[in-house]
Amino acid sequence: MTTFLWGALPYIAFALLIAGLVWRHRYDKFGWTTRSSQVYESKLLNIASPAFHYGILFVLVGHLIGLFVPESWTESLGIRERTYHLFSLYGGTAAGALTVLGILLLIYRRRTNSPVFRATTVNDKLMYVVLLGAIVLGMIAKLTHASGDGYNYRQTIAPWARSLFTLRPRTELMQGVPVLYQVHAVIGMALIALVPYTRLVHMFSAPVQYLFRPYVVYRSRDPRQLGPRPARPGWEKTDA
Amino acid sequence: MRPMAQIAMVMNLDKCIGCHTCSVTCKQAWTNRDGMEYVWFNNVETRPGQGYPRRYEDQDKWRGGWELNKRGALKLKGGGRFRKLAGIFSNPRLPEIKDYYEPWTYDYKNLTDAPLGDDFPVARPVSQLTGKPMKIEWSSNWDDSLAGAPEHGDQDPMVQRVRRQAAEKVKFAFEQTFMFYLPRICEHCLNPSCVASCPSGAMYKRAEDGIVLVDQDRCRGWRMCVTGCPYKKVYFNHRTGKAEKCTFCYPRVEVGLPTVCSETCVGRLRYLGVILYDADKVTAAASTPSEQDLYEAQLGIFLDPEDPVVQRAAEEAGIPYDWMEAARRSPVHALVGKYRVALPLHPEYRTMPMVWYIPPLSPVVDALTETGHDGEDLDNLFGAIDTLRIPLEYLAEIFTAGDVGPVRASLGRLAAMRSHMRAINLGEPPDTSIASSVGMESAEIEEMYRLLAIAKYEDRYVIPTAAVGDARRLEESALPDGCSLDYDGGPGMGGDGPFGQDSGRKQLPLVSVESFHALRKRQTADREDT
Repeated sequence: MTTFLWGALPYIAFALLIAGLVWRHRYDKFGWTTRSSQVYESKLLNIASPAFHYGILFVLVGHLIGLFVPESWTESLGIRERTYHLFSLYGGTAAGALTVLGILLLIYRRRTNSPVFRATTVNDKLMYVVLLGAIVLGMIAKLTHASGDGYNYRQTIAPWARSLFTLRPRTELMQGVPVLYQVHAVIGMALIALVPYTRLVHMFSAPVQYLFRPYVVYRSRDPRQLGPRPARPGWEKTDA
Repeated sequence: MRPMAQIAMVMNLDKCIGCHTCSVTCKQAWTNRDGMEYVWFNNVETRPGQGYPRRYEDQDKWRGGWELNKRGALKLKGGGRFRKLAGIFSNPRLPEIKDYYEPWTYDYKNLTDAPLGDDFPVARPVSQLTGKPMKIEWSSNWDDSLAGAPEHGDQDPMVQRVRRQAAEKVKFAFEQTFMFYLPRICEHCLNPSCVASCPSGAMYKRAEDGIVLVDQDRCRGWRMCVTGCPYKKVYFNHRTGKAEKCTFCYPRVEVGLPTVCSETCVGRLRYLGVILYDADKVTAAASTPSEQDLYEAQLGIFLDPEDPVVQRAAEEAGIPYDWMEAARRSPVHALVGKYRVALPLHPEYRTMPMVWYIPPLSPVVDALTETGHDGEDLDNLFGAIDTLRIPLEYLAEIFTAGDVGPVRASLGRLAAMRSHMRAINLGEPPDTSIASSVGMESAEIEEMYRLLAIAKYEDRYVIPTAAVGDARRLEESALPDGCSLDYDGGPGMGGDGPFGQDSGRKQLPLVSVESFHALRKRQTADREDT
């Protein structure tokens, strides 16, 4: 079980992520969108969506620092474990609270606003369950281990996460980890695997290139592509 | 000089009877799909009126188009690049569906399935968004032909601007004075703010013909283009989550056919043709400090296809010969550049729009005739154009950023044409001073008359095909890098799906091939059977 959860599951999740992204890029570019529901309802979204997205971006940065900056680095900078814990506790809780507030508002909006709810697919609902589960369990895991110096995941979970990249996962590190953290990690991996198959895929089209391109884009017709092009997955069928 | 060709449109508003045939045929051709119920690539608005979506011209609210920053450089009114990315998680300037209208259908089934009773069964309106019965309170043409003008007319942003400048008098005269129809499609601007707003780079302007399109595979649904377009002619498909807009019927234009809205226009008021412009000057022209100079500035970047220097530059830029020929014969070039009767729609948005309008003279003529005067007598008309300050100022708010000069000049030429041609029709010798009073010659006036009044299909739509340009480019790529059939979805070797050939995609349906010439012959023939 340990080997499966901490030795195999991460790679399965990662493989599903990459394969899904490649598949989506090749065969479903048309479906690759935020699927915004803002035209139905704007007021709540204008508050909830930025709150959630900025929150989750801070949470992401927090996870990256926590998992991939080794304890020895911060120690060599003179940051003690206690300082680090408090920083991660307050910073993480603030970001987490913003995220939870945002997603709860978003879910409330999605459920109560009839056009938005009707535009919600089964896929979306599954995604919301996993996403909300990952966020809430993460918050719970953090807050139940908040007292004193807290749980120092930088001696167990973080080295394990880094060891995944050397293809020698140190699964034994995860054995003593509190169960709440374990559950959070498993759901997190499920979420990573789900990303390309849900609307979450839009995170991979963050339009950073907008900062660097000229304002007006010119394109020429492809002379090789004359006449109608074959129907594509996701496009409405035009041939009866 | 970097000449580029643009297929542009001119609409003669005097001829628009507001029948909405263009809107309906366009909808049948392009937007009769789920998620596009509220989308009208072509719509006909009654002015004065709020337009579609409601009050779209109120840029203080919607922040569409460009503005000049403190240094006098162009900047998107909706905010620059960083602002766009920082605010990407929601778009506070996005019109909601309610600003358009909530699409509905009727519960037709009830008409046949209702149980026997004392009352006639009715088909109740059902919202296409919620699936529940709804009360219809607004739609795209709610204020058609000034319907509800006493209640809603004041909300026309242009009426509000005219009133701010021209005092109380406007208020009384307003409702009695005039009304006209304004058909609108995408402007296919030279300096498109929707393209500039698109974070994904999915929107683009075609280099060959200037048509502005959305790449559906690249659009990620950030919705910035909807805000960026001051004409609100980019729409969000709420089913697919992608932006869609008027395509200028590019599949038709490519083979030399007019757009659906032009083809089906009952009043034959639309003209299509090529305009050459200097792409190097676009930004400078759009940055003209005074809004009222933008009309002249835009005229300044158009190139004269008769000029040998332009011809040489165009050839070097790869503009095919038949396009140059079309540019010379272009009715759009004639109405915009030569006779100067056509004006741009809201040049103050600094997008350099390319669908231009001949302002309507008819409200003036009608108002004059109603007062018992001869509506086609030139002196009466000239006097009326000036004294009826209200329509002039209103028209100027729409077409020239409030500068009445160009509107008056355009209406003056149209009035002169009426007087001149009336004399000819009555067998009187035309007064040559009429033509010279508007800076034209008699022959020129008669040419303009032919273009405005008689122009046949071939004269109204001078559209070069894409074929010659393509042929030349194909010639140049006689030895391409790969197999020419090996494109995505093509029959070439590299196009296999995930499970080998024929997997992962649908085959092209077999269709009968109709050549361009056969189609054109059929469409322009007088009799059906030829």
